Amino acid sequence: MIASGPQGMAAKALSPEIAELVSYGDDNLVLAQRLGEWISNAPELEIDIALGNIALDHLGVARALYTYAGEVEGEGRTEDDFAMRRTEREFRNVLLVEQPNGDFAHTIVRQFFFDVYSQILWSGLADGDDNTGAGIAGRAVKEAAYHFEFSSSWLIRLGDGTEESHRRAQAAVDALWRFTAEIASDEWLARVSSVFETAGLAIPDDPYQRVGGRDGYHTEHLGFLLAEMQWMDRAYPGLEW
Amino acid sequence: MDGSGIPGAGMVSVATDVRAVVASVVDPEIPVLTIEDLGILRDVAETQDGVTVTITPTYSGCPAMRQIEADIAAALRRAGFSDFEIIVQQSPAWTTDWMGEEARRKLAEFGIAPPTDEVVCPRCQADHPRLVARFGSTACKALMVCSSCGEPFDHFKQY
Ligand SMILES: [Zn+2]
Repeated sequence: MIASGPQGMAAKALSPEIAELVSYGDDNLVLAQRLGEWISNAPELEIDIALGNIALDHLGVARALYTYAGEVEGEGRTEDDFAMRRTEREFRNVLLVEQPNGDFAHTIVRQFFFDVYSQILWSGLADGDDNTGAGIAGRAVKEAAYHFEFSSSWLIRLGDGTEESHRRAQAAVDALWRFTAEIASDEWLARVSSVFETAGLAIPDDPYQRVGGRDGYHTEHLGFLLAEMQWMDRAYPGLEW
Repeated sequence: MDGSGIPGAGMVSVATDVRAVVASVVDPEIPVLTIEDLGILRDVAETQDGVTVTITPTYSGCPAMRQIEADIAAALRRAGFSDFEIIVQQSPAWTTDWMGEEARRKLAEFGIAPPTDEVVCPRCQADHPRLVARFGSTACKALMVCSSCGEPFDHFKQY
C-alpha cells in the first residue's frame, strides 16, 4: 500500500539507489533532532556543546544526502521536500534513532550503537564507485570516528563508574538492545562487545528485536518528533528565511 | 581582450582576476584564513557563459558553508561579475591536509593551534597540552589548555 500524504498526494515510490540515500539521510536527520532536544538541558556545559555539535554533523550529513538524492532523482525535489514534506510512513530511518533521549545514559548508549554502525557503513561507502556518495561518506566516516570517541569514552565512564551510573547504563542497554537488529553485523557486535567489556556492561539475554524502520513501520515516537520538526513548514508551506 | 595578439591571452588574464576575487573571500569564523588557505576553493573557471566556482564543504556540521557561498556571490558581484555559478562538490572529501604551511602559520599567529597530531601551544610552543573539550566553540575546533603557560587555546581539529 502506498500511504497518502497530507495534501492527498500519493507517496513516491523511490528507486533502490535513491531510497538508500534517503534512508541514511533519515537516520541522521532524526538523530540530529533528538540530540537537539538536549541543547540547554545537558548535565554540563561541555556535554551540551558536544551534543549540539554532534547534532550539527548529523544534520549536515542528512542535508548532503537529501540534496544528492534530489539530484539523482532529477525531479527538482530539495532537501526540504525530503525533510519537511514527507509523512511518518515515508521515513526510512532505523528505529533506534527515533527512541526518546531518556536520561543521559540512554542518549549515550543510543549514540554509541549508532556511531559503531556509522563507522562501518561510511567506511564501506567511502571506497565506493559513486563519486558524490563516496565524498559524503568520506567526511561522515571521520565524524563518526570522532563521535565514537565521545560516546564510547562516556559509556566506559558510566559503566565503570559509580553503582548508580552503572545501573543506569545497563538499564539503557537493556532498553535499547531490542532496536539493534537493524544496524547489527558481525563487525558491529565485535566492536560493541569490546567496549562493553571495558565498561563492565552485559548484552541482555532477551532475544526480542523490533524491526521495520527501513520499511516505514515506526514506533509511536517518530510521529511526535516529526510533528514538532515539521509543523512550521506544514503551517506555512514554502516558508523561507 | 587585451589586444596582445596571443590567442586566449586576454581570457587568461581575466580568469586570473576572477580567481583572485574569489580566493580573497575569508572564512566567516576564522577571518585570518581565506577559502583558498582552507582548501575549500577547488576551482575557478571562466567560460563564455560566465564564471564557475567549485567549492568543497568542510565538516558536515559546519554552518559557515552557506555564508561562504553568499560571500563568494557578493565578492563576484562587487567585482562586476553577474553571470556565475557556485558548485558544491562533495568528492574528493575535504581534508585538513589541503591547508598549506602559510595557512597553518597564520592560524597559529591568530592563537589557534593548526591541525596536527602533535599539538603545541600557539603562545609558548610547549607540547603535550591537555584536552579540555573535544567539541569547542565551532565545529572545527577542540578546546585545549597549555601544560606550560596555562593558557587555554583552540585547536583546529585534524580531519
Ligand atoms: Zn603555552
